[in-house]
Amino acid sequence: MKFDAPSGPNPIDRMKVVGRTTSRIDGPVKTTGAAPYAYERHDVVANQAYGYMLGSAIAKGRIKRIDTADAERAPGVLKIVTAANAGPFATSRHNTARLLAGPEIQHYDQAIALIVAETFEQARAAATLIRVDYARVQGRYDLAAQKDTAPLVGGSSGEGSAAAALRTGDFEAAFAAAPVKLDATYSTPDQSHQMMEPHASIAAWSGDELTVWTSTQMVAWAVQDLSHTFLIPQEKIRVLSPYVGGGFGAKLRIRADVVLAALGARAVGRPVKVAITRPQTMNNTVHRAATIQRIRLGCDREGRIGAIAHESLSGNLEGGRPVTATAQTRLLYAGLNRLTSMRQAVLDLPEGNSMRAPGAAPGMMALEIAMDEMAEKLGLDPVEFRIRNDTQVDPEKPDKRFSERQLVRCLRDGAAKFGWSRRPMRPAQRRDGSWWVGLGVSSAFHNSPAMKSAARVRLEPSGRILVETDMTDIGTGSYTIIAQTAAEMMGVPLDMVEVRLGDSHFPAAAGSGGQFGASNSTSGVYAACVKLREAVARQLNMEPDRAVFESGHVVADRRRVSLADVARGGALTGEDAIEYGDMSRSVHLSTFGAHFVEAAVHAYTGEVRVRRMLAVCAAGRILNPISARSQMIGAMTMGVGAALMEEMVVDKRFGFFVNHDLASYEVPVHADIQEQEVLFLDEADEMANPMKAKGLGELAITGVAAAVANAIYNACGVRVRDYPLTLDKLLDRLPRIA
Amino acid sequence: MDDDRKLELSRRGLLVGSAAAAAATAVPSAGTQATPLRPNPATMPVSFEVNGTRYDLDLDTRTTLLDALREHLKLTGTKKGCDHGQCGACTVLVNGERINACLSLAVQHSGDAVTTIEGLGTIEQLHPMQAAFIKHDSYQCGYCTPGQICSAVAVLDEIKRGVPSHAQVDIAARPDPSDAELRERMSGNICRCGAYSNIVEAMAEVAGART
Ligand code: FES
Ligand code: FES
Repeated sequence: MKFDAPSGPNPIDRMKVVGRTTSRIDGPVKTTGAAPYAYERHDVVANQAYGYMLGSAIAKGRIKRIDTADAERAPGVLKIVTAANAGPFATSRHNTARLLAGPEIQHYDQAIALIVAETFEQARAAATLIRVDYARVQGRYDLAAQKDTAPLVGGSSGEGSAAAALRTGDFEAAFAAAPVKLDATYSTPDQSHQMMEPHASIAAWSGDELTVWTSTQMVAWAVQDLSHTFLIPQEKIRVLSPYVGGGFGAKLRIRADVVLAALGARAVGRPVKVAITRPQTMNNTVHRAATIQRIRLGCDREGRIGAIAHESLSGNLEGGRPVTATAQTRLLYAGLNRLTSMRQAVLDLPEGNSMRAPGAAPGMMALEIAMDEMAEKLGLDPVEFRIRNDTQVDPEKPDKRFSERQLVRCLRDGAAKFGWSRRPMRPAQRRDGSWWVGLGVSSAFHNSPAMKSAARVRLEPSGRILVETDMTDIGTGSYTIIAQTAAEMMGVPLDMVEVRLGDSHFPAAAGSGGQFGASNSTSGVYAACVKLREAVARQLNMEPDRAVFESGHVVADRRRVSLADVARGGALTGEDAIEYGDMSRSVHLSTFGAHFVEAAVHAYTGEVRVRRMLAVCAAGRILNPISARSQMIGAMTMGVGAALMEEMVVDKRFGFFVNHDLASYEVPVHADIQEQEVLFLDEADEMANPMKAKGLGELAITGVAAAVANAIYNACGVRVRDYPLTLDKLLDRLPRIA
Repeated sequence: MDDDRKLELSRRGLLVGSAAAAAATAVPSAGTQATPLRPNPATMPVSFEVNGTRYDLDLDTRTTLLDALREHLKLTGTKKGCDHGQCGACTVLVNGERINACLSLAVQHSGDAVTTIEGLGTIEQLHPMQAAFIKHDSYQCGYCTPGQICSAVAVLDEIKRGVPSHAQVDIAARPDPSDAELRERMSGNICRCGAYSNIVEAMAEVAGART
């Protein structure tokens, strides 16, 4: 189905199932432990051996000699696989660092060997018997050191793209002439996804055909990348990923676990399973790269932005992509004179890659503090300052508009709901016992990409509906919204729908990432259901456009036939994809929101507590309010982590992330999260897709950390531009206590 | 060790000297034909109960309770998030107390009664905490969930038994299932999907503090 005109009325508008709060249909299997994740598939193939990954002990250099003799003779060991003996394999063009290295080493903990043994304990023990002689060379590990030398880059992290330096009007002249100016530099650290299920895979070969049970957000991408890696056609690869224990971008592309499992399985002639250990996730896999961002704002005295510049520096391995931290700034606020640019340093740290709202999240961490700082200079309320600079068109291309843009309403409704009017304009005004208390706000903004997505829907002789698509559910609720979509389209109750996901034998869906999953995958199911409805109508000689599907029946021209009767003679199938024409590119399909935070800062210790959070969002039709809300609060929680604690600490001498576990890379825990509230504005975006829905997984995290930082400033008057806002950065600047 | 090496050499010699060339193809690989450098790992018999069923196992002494459950008994409901006591995904109940299954060796559990997520309830007959998690959407990806649920069940029991916590203002007073209590006691169970506030809602409902 080609989507190239605004969606008129359609069966989804009935909203009998779609849009209603619906408990996850995968809830019972998830809460009873019956949902099998990748490493747990004892059922799928017999005789699985265990693989344990050994990572490089140096960040850059060469392996001079790797002595595996002792390890090979350790009990239970079947094979030590290294780049030297692994047989032919390549690096997919979507991986910057090689997934099995040698002799050249590109980063610390890059895989250099897989120990395959009968048991996990044996494989792990044998790993300690491998002796490696390295020739270490000095690498580049300090982003700030390349501040003045890193070249300009264009490029894209997949969401939003930018040429090297983008100019509209004359920024320098406008900034020089502006009566009120801000020029500030912000930094965001390297961050780690730390989804709770570490990367894991089981691989089995049958002749030259490869099957992997893995944990990936993108089944079809995994097939492509494995095809490139193993130099075999895509038809010979099957990828299964029905349950994914979180990803947040870390599982968009294949990682070492699946490549090593497949190499190991090829070497020992039996299935091999590999899980990356928690400490290895930090340096072996990918992360969100650090940034240093300079923002300049020039305003008139009424608080209208006339000049806005956002320049960002990030680093990556040679050939890696930049953090597109300036992407949101291009579209979020008005202003005639604009400059955005990105510089990229070459760093020999582990590969930087997508993490939840890549570019947008760290960009908004900086921009939304800058907006707070400017509002203060102007003596304006920060909500009002943002509203004053709203734009209904693309500021770089004024003839391009947004399909929907309810930023102002998000800010206004949120302010009213949150009790914003009680916020003191000046910082350090409100005390609650030993705590300074303050409020902070930020905007939230993310585009909602239109992506092709396919599905197959079958009407079974029992009258049940079976949906098959390679879409993944990484916690986002795909199973349920897909079932809701099929139920609404086919006019059956939810429990008459079965959903099968995460198998490359099914039609390829958009996958899970960049907040493109929900809206596109359900639109693909919509398209397939349209086909199935046509097949049903044809079978009954009904006019497809006149057929109404409701209560398990199809009704037209005073005939009413049950779906079970239609399929009694044999199942009927509809298969199709949603594809997008030029219309989707003629407007911005965007989502907007506002975050409000109340934070308390301990007057003596500088400890921070986030007391209350509210998010108001406009993100198209909300398909399942309860799981959409969960995505929101999950991102708000991750935003608290970004604001207060998350930082991969770089060892600048040896080039690795020091704090490589969950005790030292801190993420929010129960005690860190108190009251969270979410409001969705009514919106059905007819320009977006037939579901009239958009995404919100990335929107949800944009701005959160800045809202926390702004609340901390309002509470205690300490402005920190260097994330995370740990108490050591507050302590010696806290107000004197009378 | 020297003796092992000698033994290996002579065995290899024997293979080369006496086996027909055709037999060499039956030897799987250099790795498996060599005599182990080190003695085979110690195993130990251990018996314990899991979800009411008694198991008699002979396990590598290095095998954790977590891997005994997941890899040997194939009870994969208990999750491995970190394998070293930092995430809570592996939480199970041992003799009614919650522990991190990754932090104890299976052979330490002789005679113990272990309850895993599979033993709390089933799809047909959910435990009230499982039902409350579904109702309040107290999860997203589901990977931390079995650990959260086991922990949550144990926490309510700890509160009932008067086990004190850091969140109590008065350590001598009886704890109650306030939100602050629940959050404090659950803080060893990480949920990167950030379902915390929904988990507390589910627990409060089961505790009778809210509906
Ligand atoms: S797996 Fe046991 S605490 Fe993380
Ligand atoms: S539900 Fe995903 S980590 Fe908790």
